[in-house]
Amino acid sequence: MHNFEFVKPSSVADAVAALANGEAQPLSGGQTLIPSMKARLNAPEVLVSLTGIAEMQGVSRDGGALEIGAATPHATVAREAASHFPGLAGLAGQIGDPAVRARGTIGGSIANNDPSACYPAAALGTGATIVTDRREIAADDFFQGMFTTALDEGELITKVRFPIPGASAYAKFLQPASRFALTGVFVAKYASGVRVAVTGASEDGVFRWAEAEAALSSNFDAEAVAGLSVPANGMISDLHGTSEYRAHLVRVMTQRAVRAAS
Amino acid sequence: MPKVMMKVNGAEAAAEVEGRTLLSTYLRDLIGLTGTHVGCDTSQCGACVVLVDGQPVKSCTAFAADLEGAEVTTVEGMTNPDGSLSVIQQAFQDYHGLQCGFCTPGMVMSTAALLAENPKPSEEEIRHYLEGNICRCTGYQNIVRAVMAASGQDAGALAAE
Ligand SMILES: Cc1cc2nc3c(=O)[nH]c(=O)nc-3n(C[C@H](O)[C@H](O)[C@H](O)COP(=O)(O)OP(=O)(O)OC[C@H]3O[C@@H](n4cnc5c(N)ncnc54)[C@H](O)[C@@H]3O)c2cc1C
Ligand code: FES
Ligand code: FES
Repeated sequence: MHNFEFVKPSSVADAVAALANGEAQPLSGGQTLIPSMKARLNAPEVLVSLTGIAEMQGVSRDGGALEIGAATPHATVAREAASHFPGLAGLAGQIGDPAVRARGTIGGSIANNDPSACYPAAALGTGATIVTDRREIAADDFFQGMFTTALDEGELITKVRFPIPGASAYAKFLQPASRFALTGVFVAKYASGVRVAVTGASEDGVFRWAEAEAALSSNFDAEAVAGLSVPANGMISDLHGTSEYRAHLVRVMTQRAVRAAS
Repeated sequence: MPKVMMKVNGAEAAAEVEGRTLLSTYLRDLIGLTGTHVGCDTSQCGACVVLVDGQPVKSCTAFAADLEGAEVTTVEGMTNPDGSLSVIQQAFQDYHGLQCGFCTPGMVMSTAALLAENPKPSEEEIRHYLEGNICRCTGYQNIVRAVMAASGQDAGALAAE
């Protein structure tokens, strides 16, 4: 790994100032960034640690919304969101393994937008708001394809705000070697309708399955999507599963998520 | 180079680090605690797991400079004060929860984290919790037995047998 200068600010303002230098990058839990720096896929000159910033930590309820500080580890969300938003807590508790959950954070996961990551499905599947140091971005605008987001250079996610659904669940078909989702589906039911977001399947990263949303909004039952399918074209194909297999899993995991939420 | 201080196994430790110095390097090369093993160095195998402020952490996937002031427990800190094996370590020995022993420091530390959170885990909970710890020798059966025994449960009755 190339060496770098390590800085650890204690406020968002100081972190943003440190990031203004174009060669600097934020370090949150490091569970993605450190392996990629070891592989020399990434070689920042300055790393700005977010782990000492109290205002980026924690889970708090604000009326009908749950706000999660961007530097909050997965294990904390699994524990502290459980009574407010069990679908989200369940998702956080299925990420990786206990050591990954102890360090890895929601902000890092969402900023990274890995096509097989779990949190993007919850953010898109709830219509969450990604709050940064300078603006608020709707999840529908935030995720822009594999490893691509609406974030500008030096922009920091400070928290994520989730509207709490009446019912929700995440169904993950595990890719047991990586521990990521081979295909995962987040389903959330609101008074205004149902949202369905799929991760792990598409070459364009996380996406909403509009047909399933329409069917489930009129009848929130796993059978409502039994006759639907997504085209295999554009689905990821690798040694773990063909694009046809993933397209099939999209429906199966949607049904499992609906059953778990019901 | 900045000096990073931690409390390791109850004792004050200090060493000069670079930005890129990993916690695993700090423990093994800078303060000489080689009980923590580095298997994959790519965050996959769990051999390097130690406890940081009570939480299991892959020491190959954390920078020492980020852990100033942390309380770290490694496998060297698991023995009883008189130097004898702790209940978890003794159970791994008694139930042959290791063969080559390479994965064992990580297994013992992950088990310590599990039992602190869930003192009497079921077989399924044990297998689920240890998913991030890979063992190339035992086939896991005897590791699960050892954890059952360490938590005061009947190690004889495993569903998978
Ligand atoms: C063995 C293993 C299994 C895993 N399994 C899963 C899984 O099942 N599901 C899953 O979803 N993930 C999984 N992960 C990934 C894990 O969840 C990571 O924690 C997560 O993807 C990145 O979060 P982090 O806090 O570690 O971020 P880091 O690694 O610190 O950062 C990742 C990227 O985001 C940037 N960044 C970090 N924080 C911010 C911020 N606040 N604002 C802007 N940019 C930021 C960084 O600069 C970097 O580019 C796994 C990882 C490992 C090692
Ligand atoms: S050496 Fe750290 S996870 Fe393998
Ligand atoms: S005992 Fe050899 S790897 Fe586990």
